Amino acid sequence: MRRDMVETRDLSHFVRHLDNGVARIDLAVDGITCAACMAVIEGGLAALPDVTRARVNLTNRRVAVEWNDGRLDPTRLIERLSELGFRAFPFDPGRAEAKEAQEAGLLWRCLGVAAFAAMNIMLLSVSVWSGNVTDMSPEQRDFFHWLSALIALPAAAYAGRPFFRSAVSGVLARRLNMDVPITVGVLLALGMSVAETLHHASHAYFDSAMMLLAFLLLGRALDQSMRQRTREVAGNLAALKAETAAKFVSSNEICEVPVASIRPGDLVLVRPGERLSVDGIVLEGRSDIDQSLVTGETVPVLTEPGANVYAGTLNGYGTLRVRVGAAAGTLIDDVTRLLDQAVEARSRYVKLADRAARLYAPLVHLTALATLVGWLICGASWHDALITAIAVLIITCPCALGLAIPAVQVVASGALFRAHVLVNAGDAIERLAEIDTVLFDKTGTLTLPAPELVNAAEIAPGRLALAARLALSSGHPLAAAIARAAHATQPLTDAVEEPGQGVHTRLEGITIKLGSPAFCGAEREAEALAAGDPEASRIVFAYGAERHVLMVRQRLRPDALEVVARLRAAGLRMEILSGDRDAAVERVARALGVDQWRAGMTPAEKIARIAELKGEGRRVLMVGDGLNDAPSLATANVSMSPVTAADISQAAADAVFLGDRLAPVESAIAIARVAQRLMRQNLAFAVIYNLIAVPIAVLGLATPLIAAVAMSGSSILVTANALRAKHAREAS
Amino acid sequence: MEVLIYLVPMALTLGLLGLAAFLWSLKTGQYEDLEGAAWRAIMDDDEAAGAATQDRGVPPAA
Repeated sequence: MRRDMVETRDLSHFVRHLDNGVARIDLAVDGITCAACMAVIEGGLAALPDVTRARVNLTNRRVAVEWNDGRLDPTRLIERLSELGFRAFPFDPGRAEAKEAQEAGLLWRCLGVAAFAAMNIMLLSVSVWSGNVTDMSPEQRDFFHWLSALIALPAAAYAGRPFFRSAVSGVLARRLNMDVPITVGVLLALGMSVAETLHHASHAYFDSAMMLLAFLLLGRALDQSMRQRTREVAGNLAALKAETAAKFVSSNEICEVPVASIRPGDLVLVRPGERLSVDGIVLEGRSDIDQSLVTGETVPVLTEPGANVYAGTLNGYGTLRVRVGAAAGTLIDDVTRLLDQAVEARSRYVKLADRAARLYAPLVHLTALATLVGWLICGASWHDALITAIAVLIITCPCALGLAIPAVQVVASGALFRAHVLVNAGDAIERLAEIDTVLFDKTGTLTLPAPELVNAAEIAPGRLALAARLALSSGHPLAAAIARAAHATQPLTDAVEEPGQGVHTRLEGITIKLGSPAFCGAEREAEALAAGDPEASRIVFAYGAERHVLMVRQRLRPDALEVVARLRAAGLRMEILSGDRDAAVERVARALGVDQWRAGMTPAEKIARIAELKGEGRRVLMVGDGLNDAPSLATANVSMSPVTAADISQAAADAVFLGDRLAPVESAIAIARVAQRLMRQNLAFAVIYNLIAVPIAVLGLATPLIAAVAMSGSSILVTANALRAKHAREAS
Repeated sequence: MEVLIYLVPMALTLGLLGLAAFLWSLKTGQYEDLEGAAWRAIMDDDEAAGAATQDRGVPPAA
């Protein structure tokens, strides 16, 4: 556009200024593979002047750098890392991640306190139990009980907060969750034990209450850690996308800034071959834009001043000047409105644990009541009847039930993580296990998002290599595909790009050209090939009088065919819903053997189709990536997105999968099904445990010793069973 | 049984010390990078000292 443009890079959005004159930046680093990298990075960064601290976190592949605020430009850090062979991306830890970390910290602290209390009280309790059958004096026993109370009451008040809070908010919202019976059980156990201690009784249940809290907190802390780890990886992936925009800071000066710091009304420059990172209106320039990530349409759209452009689309040959801001009445508005409706209407899925709690809590509370009444009728004293009833509540307190589901979720999330699936929502595993229909978007989901050269084998290797070198001089995305196909690295000298047409140069006296068929004078050859493959883009390479037609288009994911076949074998019904044209969708559907497909669908039509399927009683998994898929991802029972998807879609999806392969979708379903089975088994264990323990408690035989053995035994059993989800993929 | 006067406070103190150590380790972020910590322990001092020598103003050994 203008030749005298000055460009700088601004990272100030990511730099945090600490109180003592020290600046800090967090970088997500690609390429850290081993401990040696850690030493290289830390040594290399520390050698820069002013850097006071560089610390690699090998677990989450991040580097924290601190330096004396002032002279050092943080871009120097990134340059230094790239000299060392690592790609680094500035990184905004974000509020969601900070909140998760805070939550995890609280759970671990509570667990520490509960475990300390449980162990020390158990020490005292074992003394009392052995003293009760030997020669302990009542004074000593009371002393030990008071000591236990002294430890248990403050510890429970501290460590029980996560449960108490959730129970109270559940009750206030008139929803019964698992934390309600847990809270009731713990409070009753503590209250009764204090009352019994006051009456110099021989039994107190302080140890049961604390052990229950410790076991349950362990399950939750592990669950939280797993979620935190997933979020960190997702955060790194977001940073690795490095979404920046070239913002005009004056009329001819641009500055590369992170997208997060762009405001509506800003002017940005979009260069040829760049992916747009903002929505806006074109003020100046013409180009062809590949909108496949937004609409699913694979044919580029001609863009002129006044046209709307969307984040996530790929710019073609032209340079554009764009005013940031979503225009009214555009696709974005439609999608946002539909998405809001879908999120609102999303039927509140009741988690398995909560469903169990709804059955379980009234049942045990009624059993306790029946025990109280029964003993009173049989002529027991109020005191004895009440103690027995409370003992029933304590022994049925859902220790195994509380661990049954989180334990499986932790192990299953780990297995999913290894299968390259990151789960956003906690209950996604349960919903994923129940699906019977899979809906795929086409563009970017069944196909890979970047275009590829498909007929490389038909072109002489020498000519292809030359074409690829020439392609390096062009900014057009299709040229980039050709350069990639031949792994070209050396551009040709003196290559000239004619915007919108192609590149040409002279080599040893021969004119060579790469560009549109018209540019190279080969329309007839290109037309002949177009008949066989209408939606491929055709690029012609002219070498003197020779003409080679190169076909470039989006290819199916490498394992799409096998995955679809295996999903069909597993009894799942499949359908393709695409925004692309009939012919393009039909070709893919036929290649994959999917007989149900719909093309040219708007976001609203996709939602309608999902609603129709749900109306037939089907449980739908939607796999999609486009902006136009976001509302349907939120509408489906459960949804997945590839990591290349538009940001809104990734946020709306329940899980994100990584890599070029489609296999993670299949693995996710398989792992979720195994996890679901183990959760059900665990719940069955909990029921069997109660069938044995409850009669003992109802008869008034549940001593604290029996409660302790039963509780720890059942917890170990369900945890051990949950560990079987670890090898879910291999087993399925 | 008078020995309990010493033993019980001692047991509790030891337990509290353990708890305090755990809480301290949480607060100072000892669990933030378990993988890295495992490797740092066996890393050569020359490499790992890069950051430290810089602090003291001594150029790192070539």
